[in-house]
Amino acid sequence: MLDKNGIAKRIAKEVKDGYYVNLGIGIPTLVANYIPQGIQVVLQSENGLLGMGPFPYEGEEDPDLINAGKQTVTYLKGSAVFDSAMSFGMIRAQKIDLTILGAMEVSENGDIANWKIPGKMVKGMGGAMDLVASAKNIIVAMQQVNKAGESKLLPKCTLPITGLRCVKKIVTELGVYDIHHEGGFILRERAPGVSIELIEKSTAGTLIIPGDVPEMILD
Amino acid sequence: MINKVVKNADEAIHDIQDGAVLMLGGFGLCGIPENLIAALLKKGVKNLTCISNNAGVDDFGIGLLLKTRQVKKMISSYVGENDEFERQLLSGELEVELIPQGTLATRCMMAGYGIPFFPTPAGVGTEVAQGKQIVHHRGKDYLIEEAFESDFALVKAWKGDTAGNLIYRSTARNFNPLMAMAGKITIAEVEILVEAGELDPDQIHTPGIFVHRIFQGEKYEKRIEQRTVRKKS
Repeated sequence: MLDKNGIAKRIAKEVKDGYYVNLGIGIPTLVANYIPQGIQVVLQSENGLLGMGPFPYEGEEDPDLINAGKQTVTYLKGSAVFDSAMSFGMIRAQKIDLTILGAMEVSENGDIANWKIPGKMVKGMGGAMDLVASAKNIIVAMQQVNKAGESKLLPKCTLPITGLRCVKKIVTELGVYDIHHEGGFILRERAPGVSIELIEKSTAGTLIIPGDVPEMILD
Repeated sequence: MINKVVKNADEAIHDIQDGAVLMLGGFGLCGIPENLIAALLKKGVKNLTCISNNAGVDDFGIGLLLKTRQVKKMISSYVGENDEFERQLLSGELEVELIPQGTLATRCMMAGYGIPFFPTPAGVGTEVAQGKQIVHHRGKDYLIEEAFESDFALVKAWKGDTAGNLIYRSTARNFNPLMAMAGKITIAEVEILVEAGELDPDQIHTPGIFVHRIFQGEKYEKRIEQRTVRKKS
């Protein structure tokens, strides 16, 4: 079973040289720590920054330079800043090669819910609805079961939808899944030490097991 | 020569009345019009509608105006950092319209460009689509979103001149240039105010035609919302 860093590490393997990547808040942010050596990517932050660098050294924080999670960050060689409309122009016009974001629920046809729990949590969608509506390649990083042990890979989302039929790939603590174009979670890899039985028990939607499913290789 | 300089934030907002629709620049606490928010707080205007990506934190930014119950309605994309906001929202005391961030930015931009509405795929099939026209174009659905109408846009820039030209700094740019173009009356506060002619025309982000009033802010706290650092190894 993977922890948050394990999920991030596995997703980092999907990142290719030369990609422009948008990382959501939470586990997706950790992906930046595991980009393999020799692979160069440019991180976009939707408040208006391309070429997001690491956190600043203590004492060098600049309140004017933050990422979409409102964290202090730095520039890299070749960074650029711009207004938020241009930022979403990049997103809508599909200049971003890969979008990685978190989810509360994903359905077997690729719908995603991640912005609201009615009556309980109202934080807002931020840029998530724009991203999922336009991105050509979306990977979701999420926990497959909640604290009550209930699956969050569902036949149909129960929470308010963020976007329809947009998720391509999901990486959870238990495995890697692709969304089948006619519906269903295709199990591609198992997390280290995780059995098919546990995955079956933890998937409420249609699970498609294409023969022998390998254990994922992280390093 | 046109001179748009006003003395201070109080003078700049003298005609903002109860019930006004305001745009406020900034992303989180980055690039927010601190002095103008403080002046609104002091003036005590009520029933405000605030169009702003976020709602500040409990004790800074728009959060200050929420605490004093001066805000009737917020139009934002993300409000996760403000407990008082969430409390007022869940209890029904505050009207809130949550809209996708790109839609919010573009609704500002379209107001500035004089385009009344535009199609966007963001929000199709979600709560955001309720009551909105949907157009089908080349195999894809789009929502029709309207340009914002606002009475005042309150923005923060790094440098400005007496003609109202503005230059922003780093990611404090965010929504500011979009809102600056969109306000019926746009008020800009700047860290450094110079005479017309002292800024390089090639570097101007917001041309002065969009700015009606400008002043140099008194002091900037520039509070950091998430101070994240790394250790020197």
